[in-house]
Amino acid sequence: MPPSEQLLAADHSLAFPGGYTRSVGPVIGRFLTELRDGRLVGVRAASGRVLFPPVEYDADGETVTEEFVEVGPECTVGAYAWVARPRPGHPLERPFAWALLTPDGADTAMVHVLDLGVFEEGAKAPKTLRAGLRVRPKWRGERTGTIGDIESFRPDVTMINAPVEAGYRLSAGHALSRFLGGIGEGRILGHRCGVCGKVYVPMKGLCPVDGVPTTEEVEVPDTGTVTTFAVNNIPDPRAPDVPFVSAYVLLDGSDIAMVALVAGVPAGDVRMGMRVRAVWRPREEWGRTMTNIKWFEPLDEPDVPFDDIKDYL
Amino acid sequence: MDIAVVAFAQTEHMGEDSGRSEVEILAPIIGEVKERTGLKRFGFTCSGSLDYLAGAPFSFVSALDAVGAWPPISESHVEMDAAWALYEAYVRLLHGDIDTALVYGFGKPSQVVRPDGESGLPELMSLQLDPYYLEPLGLDQVSMAALQARAYLELGHKEDDLRAVAARSRADGRANPYALDLPDPGDDDYEIAPLRPYDCAPVTDGAAAIVLATGDRARELCERPAWIRGADHRIEAHSLGARDLGRSESTTLAGQKAGARDVEVAELHAQFSHEELILREALGLGDDVRVNPSGGPLAANPVMATGLIRVGEAAGWIHRGEARRTLAHASYGPCLQSNLVCVLEA
Repeated sequence: MPPSEQLLAADHSLAFPGGYTRSVGPVIGRFLTELRDGRLVGVRAASGRVLFPPVEYDADGETVTEEFVEVGPECTVGAYAWVARPRPGHPLERPFAWALLTPDGADTAMVHVLDLGVFEEGAKAPKTLRAGLRVRPKWRGERTGTIGDIESFRPDVTMINAPVEAGYRLSAGHALSRFLGGIGEGRILGHRCGVCGKVYVPMKGLCPVDGVPTTEEVEVPDTGTVTTFAVNNIPDPRAPDVPFVSAYVLLDGSDIAMVALVAGVPAGDVRMGMRVRAVWRPREEWGRTMTNIKWFEPLDEPDVPFDDIKDYL
Repeated sequence: MDIAVVAFAQTEHMGEDSGRSEVEILAPIIGEVKERTGLKRFGFTCSGSLDYLAGAPFSFVSALDAVGAWPPISESHVEMDAAWALYEAYVRLLHGDIDTALVYGFGKPSQVVRPDGESGLPELMSLQLDPYYLEPLGLDQVSMAALQARAYLELGHKEDDLRAVAARSRADGRANPYALDLPDPGDDDYEIAPLRPYDCAPVTDGAAAIVLATGDRARELCERPAWIRGADHRIEAHSLGARDLGRSESTTLAGQKAGARDVEVAELHAQFSHEELILREALGLGDDVRVNPSGGPLAANPVMATGLIRVGEAAGWIHRGEARRTLAHASYGPCLQSNLVCVLEA
């Protein structure tokens, strides 16, 4: 294209400096005045319906009375539209919704802004956004008598977050203190019941079957058998990876299984009857705590038949 | 008085600024309908356009250069879609003292650009909203349409219904040499939920012109005139909250008054996919009616000409002898506020 035929283009903007001055009349004027004072009012039509926001005539051509009625501030959401990426002219710079809002006591609705909280740009509409949602206006601090005196509408408070924290000093009791003392030395101690002969690890100082005190101390090895187990897919601070396995391990020579982690084997390979041994942390890390045992790992021994463990599940 | 559409021309609509001014877009199609009818002068001329699209007052006046307004002509303009200019010309012809009228509409929305380079059309259309309750909120056209779409979906419809409308419109549009070449709907994210970009009519520049004529004059000018058997338009409340947004009562009423029944083809001015579904229900169009075979506004939306194009497309089926009775619908205002229905017959 020769230079003489090049298309010319220029930026052009249309604006009215200072804006239009508009008379609002007695109906809209009353609404805006009440709005400035933090109140929502509708106007009653001859039929008795309350029109909100007030209009000079209703949609059916019916005249309105001079009766203004305070409505809301509680409103119900009708139709709504979720704006995940606000445009430059929009009232909020983060995702929000437009909604048709009918205040309590009114028969028609107004379009306004719904602020459902802080969302990342592009966020999907929250599940709380639905027809029937109950909302109230968030008033602007400095009001001037415009529709923007309401910054937005926000959902009613239906849930709160209540943090709780209470402090304790717990005593382990004599039996557990003795057991944990043993763990602190790398020994696993239990009590044998004088009546039924069962060995309880850790010891409790009494037999839950016979209800008698127990005092005969027995040391058991750190090898045992998986009686049953669960594969966990929710991370746990003590577990190495997800999924991890928590299992009931029946220590050799004891008669009650204890809950422990099983590692060193794919989760899918753990089975009932599998032989395992405790993996202890390095000695210098030991304290009087069960965390001295990291977890149990498989032993290279044949599985225990189901019949031998069926009473310990 | 029998009045018919005897000629129709439209531009190959453009999805971006071609560098042509409004009058340059318009002039070729005015020439086309003059050539098609052999008419040099018309009893009446009426146009539809929107000053806000040009950012200048009385911008339609300069477009009159495309018509040839000297010696002086009888002329009028509506600041609406040119379908309403057609209605005005139709009423003017009913007086019986003239026998031809030229109607045209044009729009160049591509030049409505925000400082960041994106289209400013959604916000521009907001300047038509009331200045007390709606316009100061920053409520844009797509957001309002999304509110209506939600109201429609709440009646028990699915987003897939909307997607199907967009897919069919775009496929038909690709077969229409005047419409835009748009791909099938993809996995687009929401524009404003529940509307996705393909649910919204594309930014389009273009124009259309129609010649109306009465009785025998129409038969001279056109082998198969498309007779206007009924035309009616109805409006409802501006305020969205005063309406039942999921339905279009004004379209139902306009359809009844215009005699909208037994039509084979319907061209509907649906700028958003859910609007087509609302309009189908409002007009009682069954599955046997072909809706928007041109692709409709979802395939080309030259604002202010789009409604007139619906009339031209509906007339085309009769001109070509492919249908006996067709319907055209045009809309104006937020969320199908004002609706015009025109029934055409061979």
